[in-house]
Amino acid sequence: MATGENEPLISTAVTSRETERSARADETILEARGLDVHYGEDRALREVTAEIPERKVTAIIGPSGCGKSTFLRSINRMNDQIEVCRVEGDLLFRGKNVYDDDVDPVALRRKIGQVFQKPNPFPKSIRDNVTYGLRVQGKSATDDDVERALRGAALWSEVEGKLDSSGLDLSGGQQQRLCIARAIAPDPEVVLMDEPTSALDPVAASKIEDLIAELAREYTVVIVTHNMQQAARISDETMVFLTGGELVEFDDTATIFENPANQAVEDYITGKFG
Amino acid sequence: MSTDATTDPGPGITGDVAAADQRRDRLIRRVLFGCTSITVLTTIAIFVVLLDNTWGFFFDATFSQWLVRSVTSLTVEGLTQRIAVTEFLFDTEWRPSHADDPRFGIMTLVSATVLITVGAAFVSIPIGTAAALYLSEYASVRTRKYLKPTLEVLAGVPTIVYGFFAVSFVTPVLLRPVLELFGLSIGRNNVLSAMVVVGIMTIPMVASISEDAMRAVPDDLRNGAYALGASKYEVSTSVVLPASISGIFASYILAVSRAIGETMAVTLAAGATPTLTANPLAEVQTMTAYMVTTMRSTAGVGSITYQSLFAVGLVLFLMTLVANLINDYIKRRYREVYR
Repeated sequence: MATGENEPLISTAVTSRETERSARADETILEARGLDVHYGEDRALREVTAEIPERKVTAIIGPSGCGKSTFLRSINRMNDQIEVCRVEGDLLFRGKNVYDDDVDPVALRRKIGQVFQKPNPFPKSIRDNVTYGLRVQGKSATDDDVERALRGAALWSEVEGKLDSSGLDLSGGQQQRLCIARAIAPDPEVVLMDEPTSALDPVAASKIEDLIAELAREYTVVIVTHNMQQAARISDETMVFLTGGELVEFDDTATIFENPANQAVEDYITGKFG
Repeated sequence: MSTDATTDPGPGITGDVAAADQRRDRLIRRVLFGCTSITVLTTIAIFVVLLDNTWGFFFDATFSQWLVRSVTSLTVEGLTQRIAVTEFLFDTEWRPSHADDPRFGIMTLVSATVLITVGAAFVSIPIGTAAALYLSEYASVRTRKYLKPTLEVLAGVPTIVYGFFAVSFVTPVLLRPVLELFGLSIGRNNVLSAMVVVGIMTIPMVASISEDAMRAVPDDLRNGAYALGASKYEVSTSVVLPASISGIFASYILAVSRAIGETMAVTLAAGATPTLTANPLAEVQTMTAYMVTTMRSTAGVGSITYQSLFAVGLVLFLMTLVANLINDYIKRRYREVYR
């Protein structure tokens, strides 16, 4: 498709939030400094340096195997679960390197929640799913906490009367919103999302997209997506990884999609690459 | 071309080669079915033989002998009852070879089997489950690679070796000195040493099967819990254990059923003196131990002692059958909830 010089490659919805954003100075909540991640011999991330702003939606896009999920997992140290994984460089959360020896990854993950690609509710009741994060922190969960989290995940009206039925009885889209409710129930500061809509049908996916915009009022959202339209629609900032685990460009979503500085990024966005 | 296809599907779809293929498939299916039938038929045959001969324990002829006699004489032949069912079930003595007053109270043998099985379960279930949790959740890939096969070797040790181990090590070296500190004495054969070795013997079964069940829990669930700030212990106990509970229970039942049927180790460890007791320091005789010792004696075919073997065997068979049925029930009951 031919595009004129000043026409956006993909239209963005960023303008509606533009005023709100400029009113608030960007505070960096997460910062990567020369972050390298290796899986055994393979280098999955290469010298990634980036500052992710607070209470914004930051999208991570790029072709398969470019390291976008690896970057996400390195933020809450879920990479620790992978034996062969090795991390070098710094990843700062509010100025503190999360890879410092005195950082407890368990405590870190209580501040940085995550939603996965495939909905993965526990085989427990809806209520127990939502309260799990609070309970492992030794906090008691009230009915108000459950309702607040489920409302926050736009699921309350659908499950109000059946909190004690199994989370597995919900539809795929509802399960994913349950997972979002579960992630926000302990009131984290950051919510990481790894392709949260890719296993869902379009209607369910669009509900999650609407929800993400809502979440950004309270939380910092970092979302990996392979759907560029989705990144354009819901994010404020966009990171583009290309093959080899390199962060090629990181800018306002509008800039990335309308006027990217890097030719490879433009090729990727217009579908010539990847 | 499409009209051609309806009338002549072309080479290979019909014809001799295709027919031969079909015949071969049918043949393979029959051979496989035959092999499956052998196991089922054997089970049925064993059950029938046990029932028939158990009849011959309670009466003066086996059921088949009586049936043959009745049919050939065309009358219902009378039967003399040798042992009352109430004696078998409720008498507290088991002394089949007593010259004046032989008694056949199965409770004595059953209680010994149950006592040792329960004691063994107290050893194998906690240790086996903990080992499974370690292998599944805590051990590195490398550690597990070496540890699990080693653990399974323990399951391959002949049970007579465990019996020997009980008599030559567990009782004299482990138990006796400790018990003496409390002023208790223990004989060469005792329940406690049998509990210990049967427990150890069944640890690999619990650990291996439970570990398989735990490993089958999808990593998605673990990651979900880790991402919510759960510690390894919390992930293990609140996510992995409940999600794999049906497999874990199955391993317990299998271990119990193995302990019930265990023979050589308990014969050596617990002894050959039928005693109705709950005292773990006493010498007892389990059902299996009775069968081993009696088989080696010279009890004549048809004698009440000989027939008692089948009655005891039938009770043993029913006990393990019930254990297996419980196992099946648990598997079905929980699979629906957690899958």
